[in-house]
Amino acid sequence: MNRPWLLWIPLAVVAFIGGLAIYGLAVPKDEQVHSAMIGQKLPAFSLPAATAGVEGLASGDMIDGKPRLLNIFASWCIPCKAEAPYLEALKKAGVEIDAIAIRDRPEDVAAFLSEFGNPFRRIGSDSEMAVQLKLGSSGVPETYVIGGDGTILYQHIGDIRAEHVPMLIEKVNAAK
Amino acid sequence: MKPKHQRLLLAVIAVFALIGAGLIAAAALREEASYFYTPTTLASANVAPGKAIRLGGMVQKGSIVRAPDGVSITFTVQDKDKTQKVAYRGITPDLFVEGSGVVADGRLGPDGIFIADSLLAKHDENYVPKELADIDMNSAEHTKDTLSK
Amino acid sequence: MMAEAGLAALWLAAAMALLQLVGGMTLLRGGAGQLVPLIKPAAYVQGALCAFAFLALMWLFYVTDLSVLLVASNSHIDKPLIFKLAGTWGNHEGSMLLWVSVLSVSGAAIALLEKRIESKTLNATLAVQAFIALGFFAFLLFASNPFERLVPAPVEGNGLNPLLQDVGLAFHPPTLYFGYVGLSIAFSFAVGALLTNQVGPAFARAMRPWVLAAWIFLTIGITAGSYWAYYELGWGGWWFWDPVENASLLPWLAATALLHSVSVLATRNALRAWTIMLALVAFAMSMAGTFLVRSGILTSVHAFAVDPERGAFILALMLIYTGLAFVIFALRIGSVKQGEPFQLISREGGIVANNIFLSVILAVVLIGTLYPLAAEAMGDKISVGPPYFNKATVPIAVLLMLALLIGPMLRWRRDDLKRLKYWLIGGAAILLWSGIAVWKFALDVGLFPLLGIALSLALAVAAWLPLRGRKLLRTPLPIFGMVIAHFGIAVSVFGMAAESGFSSETLTALAPGESAQVAGWQVKLDDVNPVVGDNWVAVEGEMHAVKNGNAFMLRPQSRQFFKPEMQTSEAALLTRWNGQLYAVIAQPDQEGDGRWQVRLWWKPFVSFIWYGGLLIAVGGIIALLGRMFRRAKKPAKNKWQTT
Repeated sequence: MNRPWLLWIPLAVVAFIGGLAIYGLAVPKDEQVHSAMIGQKLPAFSLPAATAGVEGLASGDMIDGKPRLLNIFASWCIPCKAEAPYLEALKKAGVEIDAIAIRDRPEDVAAFLSEFGNPFRRIGSDSEMAVQLKLGSSGVPETYVIGGDGTILYQHIGDIRAEHVPMLIEKVNAAK
Repeated sequence: MKPKHQRLLLAVIAVFALIGAGLIAAAALREEASYFYTPTTLASANVAPGKAIRLGGMVQKGSIVRAPDGVSITFTVQDKDKTQKVAYRGITPDLFVEGSGVVADGRLGPDGIFIADSLLAKHDENYVPKELADIDMNSAEHTKDTLSK
Repeated sequence: MMAEAGLAALWLAAAMALLQLVGGMTLLRGGAGQLVPLIKPAAYVQGALCAFAFLALMWLFYVTDLSVLLVASNSHIDKPLIFKLAGTWGNHEGSMLLWVSVLSVSGAAIALLEKRIESKTLNATLAVQAFIALGFFAFLLFASNPFERLVPAPVEGNGLNPLLQDVGLAFHPPTLYFGYVGLSIAFSFAVGALLTNQVGPAFARAMRPWVLAAWIFLTIGITAGSYWAYYELGWGGWWFWDPVENASLLPWLAATALLHSVSVLATRNALRAWTIMLALVAFAMSMAGTFLVRSGILTSVHAFAVDPERGAFILALMLIYTGLAFVIFALRIGSVKQGEPFQLISREGGIVANNIFLSVILAVVLIGTLYPLAAEAMGDKISVGPPYFNKATVPIAVLLMLALLIGPMLRWRRDDLKRLKYWLIGGAAILLWSGIAVWKFALDVGLFPLLGIALSLALAVAAWLPLRGRKLLRTPLPIFGMVIAHFGIAVSVFGMAAESGFSSETLTALAPGESAQVAGWQVKLDDVNPVVGDNWVAVEGEMHAVKNGNAFMLRPQSRQFFKPEMQTSEAALLTRWNGQLYAVIAQPDQEGDGRWQVRLWWKPFVSFIWYGGLLIAVGGIIALLGRMFRRAKKPAKNKWQTT
């Protein structure tokens, strides 16, 4: 063949498509939609109790001068079960944790707590995901660090693993 | 025909066919690719009525109105700054609720109402329509609260 | 214990693949080649180990061992057994393991059975296969270990996407994967032949059954996937030109073109470079398809678990394999000699037309699928939907159908259209007559549905003509296969044209006791009842459909799943010989007034679409059986050829 450059066209097409695909992967690299609420005050909300025996949660409950964690979870979510021991560890380290249960039923929440323990001070039930949306959370589990004045300081997306525990304690202590 | 010429001829046919494919694709894309708008970008874009477009945003709280026929609805899609009225006839998707994200395929009617042919509404723990990922959902939420007050 | 054994088997299999690759490299460098005799045994062992690893994972799903992360997150103790087993591959890690297992077992089968090509080419082919497998082994072992343990073990498990709790869909992805693996084998053959400069009929005959098998699986996969979307999504459509659907269509188009060109190479020793190129393109398309589905870089209506990181891995593999292959192609194809010449009016010419039209459709679909990505890179958000794909592909498909009317009747090497003039005139008459008939019947339908019906009627006759003048009992099975597959295309196109041109639809809200009409059917909503399933609850509409005094029951459901929470529509289908009545009921919204949203369609001949698809696959299976049967009959000759 006297036109060898013609033979490189397929490779060029592959390279072009590859470049496009790499771009597609690289640009929305952060698939996790971080909340735009970070640095802002908690939106006002008031949620009923998610299960008997644990109080519900209103935004005012978290504005008492004491920084804490706000955990968004659901009894139907597997990573939430996986992170339960680490929430327990955070509680043992003296961190106060409030929670919002997403699209959950009281009996399911009760079963979840009796199985994995209850590290939470209060649990609000957000059956329509309305508060979750207000917080800018797009999934479960997520954990927010809330300052004592009700400012949202940090958002952790996904389950808490062993390596995140010291970091979260650090963030809560820094807010004191 | 000499063998060498045949190979060349086939190669030329193939190259022309692929150029043709490119041209067909380009022509069809010019007419049929539908651009994605949010209410804000739509308001400033001056889109001709009847041109296929996609509209994405949040369904404004309290805006869903069901017509007496039971199958037609109107609702308002909003983002941070603007709103857009949408009419839809059909069965609404499962996750279509007020406050959820929605992407509607359709076109603007002459009266400025967006006529949706299909709705894609998914907001669950796994999925946010990709086009909505850039929209500041919290600002949308805030506007919504302010608007509904 | 089982999980650890499976993992160990994977590591050993990876070592075997490495051995094959190194052996293959020494072979090509013309070295002493002590490792070369080990290539085949390594392929056997690799196949056995992979099969074991896959069965181990299946066992873990069978016993629902929740201490394994993959089982815990994709299965549930309450799940029906068949879906527990389907859970093995109904997730990312498991499907990759299935992929590599089928690849390895196929490699072992090639090592054992393939006797037509030179042993050097065979060894090179096995080395390329091992190279492909190594990428997936690395993926499994370093990035997505299917046997990873979960501490502490949960008690129930997370369930499976309810949309995937459907027998059809449980077996749909593996069907496509089998197709993709078949194309990877064709790819290995092509690169092996290119490296050892053995591009010729022997290579084509060795590759053909794998292409055929891959194509059969892809055909079945696409047909089943289309039917699934039709009754499960509840939108009444059977093809949405969604990225996920295109991801399965692109490899099918390439495989169809390859299937035709490889038969030219096998029979007439022509189209050598083109066939090699198509084999590379077909595999590239199957990788690109997997990438599009798994990476989630394009928005799809089909719910899939997407993961950009894994997408990146698949993309890297795709670029390495196809990039290297096209480098080899560019460097070596010049040394592949020109094949046998042929006249343009000949069977070869017909197949060239087939290949060109298929390639153009492939390019158009690929451009449309990727365009949103390119536009996004330039700052525009664009979606490309059915209007684009219909406009750009249907006219070319019409040309393809026209070529298909004539092509199979042409002789190899050279032919004269005069020889076929009666058939050509007859075909044109059928085309014209049916066109006019349908035109009279309904003017407002649009050109393409009418053209589609006319063409499919003409093809339904023309497809059988290659059997003319043959003694049927002595006709080779592959000819029957071709005829049936082409007839299947006529059936399928007829269904598509009838459905898209002549469907009628009624959308309304009914209270129990009220009725609606569609296309002469009187449909009465008798009652709506709650129904409970294994892991869902539903409302079920009880409808009576009456036409010409015949009454039928329809029970569409709207299902609500719990784990994870999700709703699906189960359409009720009433199949008559001339079409389907399709009914959907929707959950009422909060401020409901006692009425239920009901959507009814009458879709004439819609089921022909899938019957046609199945006929196409059956044609492929007959051809494959024919090839295998013929091979088994003459082993002596093959032996003589290889020595």
